[in-house]
Amino acid sequence: MSTARDEILASIRRSLGVTGAERPRRAIVEERLARAPAGVVPARGGVTGRARIELFIAQAEAALATVAEVDAPADVPAAIAAWLRSHNLPATLRRGTDPRLAAMPWEDTPLALDEGPSDGSDLNAVSHALGGVAETGTCALVSGPENPSTLNFLPDNHIVVVDAGEIVGDYESLWARVREKAGKGAMPRTVNWITGPSRSADIEQTMFLGAHGPRRLHIVVVGGGKAAGSGETAENAPPA
Amino acid sequence: MSVHATSPHFKENAHHALRDVQLQRAMGNVRVGFIDKRAKAAAKLPEFEALRDSARDIKNHTLAHLDLYLEAYVAKVEASGGIVHFARDAAEARRIVTDICREAGARTVTKGKSMISEEIGLNEHLAGQGIEPVETDLGEYIIQLRHEAPSHIIAPAVHVNASQVEEEFRRAHTHLDAARDLSEPVNLLTEARGILRERFLAADVGITGANFLVAETGTSIIVTNEGNGDLTQILPKTHVVLASIEKLVPTLEDVSQLLRVLARSATGQELSVYTTFSTGPRRVGDVDGPEAYHVVLIDNGRSSMLGTNFEEMLRCIRCGACMNHCPVYHAVGGHAYGWVYPGPMGAVLTPSLIGVDKGGHLPNASTFCGRCESVCPVRIPLPKLMRHWREREFERHLSPATVRSGLKAWAFFAKRPALYRLATRVGMNLLAFAGRSKGRFSSLPFASGWTKYRDFPAPQGGTFQERFARERAAGAGRRKVA
Ligand code: SF4
Repeated sequence: MSTARDEILASIRRSLGVTGAERPRRAIVEERLARAPAGVVPARGGVTGRARIELFIAQAEAALATVAEVDAPADVPAAIAAWLRSHNLPATLRRGTDPRLAAMPWEDTPLALDEGPSDGSDLNAVSHALGGVAETGTCALVSGPENPSTLNFLPDNHIVVVDAGEIVGDYESLWARVREKAGKGAMPRTVNWITGPSRSADIEQTMFLGAHGPRRLHIVVVGGGKAAGSGETAENAPPA
Repeated sequence: MSVHATSPHFKENAHHALRDVQLQRAMGNVRVGFIDKRAKAAAKLPEFEALRDSARDIKNHTLAHLDLYLEAYVAKVEASGGIVHFARDAAEARRIVTDICREAGARTVTKGKSMISEEIGLNEHLAGQGIEPVETDLGEYIIQLRHEAPSHIIAPAVHVNASQVEEEFRRAHTHLDAARDLSEPVNLLTEARGILRERFLAADVGITGANFLVAETGTSIIVTNEGNGDLTQILPKTHVVLASIEKLVPTLEDVSQLLRVLARSATGQELSVYTTFSTGPRRVGDVDGPEAYHVVLIDNGRSSMLGTNFEEMLRCIRCGACMNHCPVYHAVGGHAYGWVYPGPMGAVLTPSLIGVDKGGHLPNASTFCGRCESVCPVRIPLPKLMRHWREREFERHLSPATVRSGLKAWAFFAKRPALYRLATRVGMNLLAFAGRSKGRFSSLPFASGWTKYRDFPAPQGGTFQERFARERAAGAGRRKVA
């Protein structure tokens, strides 16, 4: 008895007029999968240095995220505490086991920390991104105990820490970084690209934030070389 | 075919839609908004047109090697611990999903927005098996409460007004305070968020569609703005991905090309809020995510579209731009098309999937203005494909007898130029004489199909051919002088 799989493949081959055994066809497919050629990459992401960080921030803000910049990892807890305070949010925070987050001086802040995945009862969570993509102001997060995926979606307020050195220009450069870590042809269980806070325009095509995921997305960029000062950029007005 | 199609009654549906005041009000939201936003997003990216070419080429390449990419994809999914199922048709797909749900002991399943789920009529089937499906995309949730099909492929409740949503929520959410204020749309959103949050946390199985599948890595991709698809797939123990076979692309680079045109064409965003790449179930050490990951690959008519005129339709990435720019869709909305897929893409796809005898009217729902093709991110020649269907419909004698005899009479004269000129001149003069007082007709014998809805202008001086000859002579004269 032929299976659904065999029948569907046979039907495709019949329509295409091939057997599936043709060497040149197989070679074309193998080559493309192995080489993964880039297509049209927008020039926009080609900027480097400070200009790249600024493009990332401008694009993230255009997607209605808020962004703060700090000089060093040690400044992150205070920046997060200040942001929560400025939005009258409780001083609670959930995070995973990411060693970069664990090494930060949380004890210097009034924040009450919880560790592990979210069960839906948390208001605030922080994740460390794998990196950022400047072309669209996108944060890339990877699943695992270090940064559980539930933290990206269940809390009302999601804070993402991105190292400036891990902000790339375009998606293609991000995939290069993922392959460095996972190996060519392999992927982490989940890669989440996040570009701004959750929203819906399903009622009369009018957009509101906070549909099912976080109502606010706050990004903290670390070590982007912003000129000395408070280390904070001007923030967007809090989303309605 | 599974969902009951009213496509054969497109004309009646359209008449009804044109008189539906609520619908006409709601469709006003499509006519503004979408078009402007897409144009702005396209203008902001200098490479946009080149990316459309690239997107078209990637899809063509994949379709030409679909058997091999499918084999590569399946091997990768299995290597990452996922399970792949193949379904020849809708009934087989429904049976596979039901079996997975039964095995998981599922009582409720949450669902991310999926057009293929609509196509195979999954919700009705699951409910019939005692498994409750809960749509979680806000628009899908609204139409599920209203027992309706989506009227747009990315904005399923675009035909509904806020006051109608309020009515529906009051009817369905009876455990909430009857005196609550739902006059603001944002309150409706907040209420749905609260209700659905509980459903997310209680679900046993989560079912999503896939915008793309990646052969290189065995990855399925969903794109949403709400985050509902992610809560659907990371909270329950079992994640089921439904995807038709043409969703495949070779590599992560290829999918990046397509992502650059998808959101810009659909909503005018540079990128949707959540683009999620999923590969297999929970890994060692994971503290959340599904324990089982299934992919159901559905053919349901696609494999036999390959190698035909309609193969090009399989490039479609379901962005909705063609309907957002279609004057016919604007006028009648999505439900008039009578099945799952509306607008220009539906007019081409529906006859392929449910048969030209049932969907054959839809390709006539076009003014051939060409706006759909001009915005399609994968450059599908939608008007040309609609014309192919019209030809087939004619060849198969599916057009009404009046149309066929009218065209035959026209052909008789058209093949005899002298006779044609004479007949049209006589006709024009007669009409001009009869209509000389008002300059238009509100009724004409044999033309009630036209004059029922609008006046027919009275001719103002001879036939087109006479005028053409006259102007050409005059034009030639002018050129000589110059
Ligand atoms: S046919 Fe083109 S424009 Fe229409 S939904 Fe498909 S991809 Fe978008």
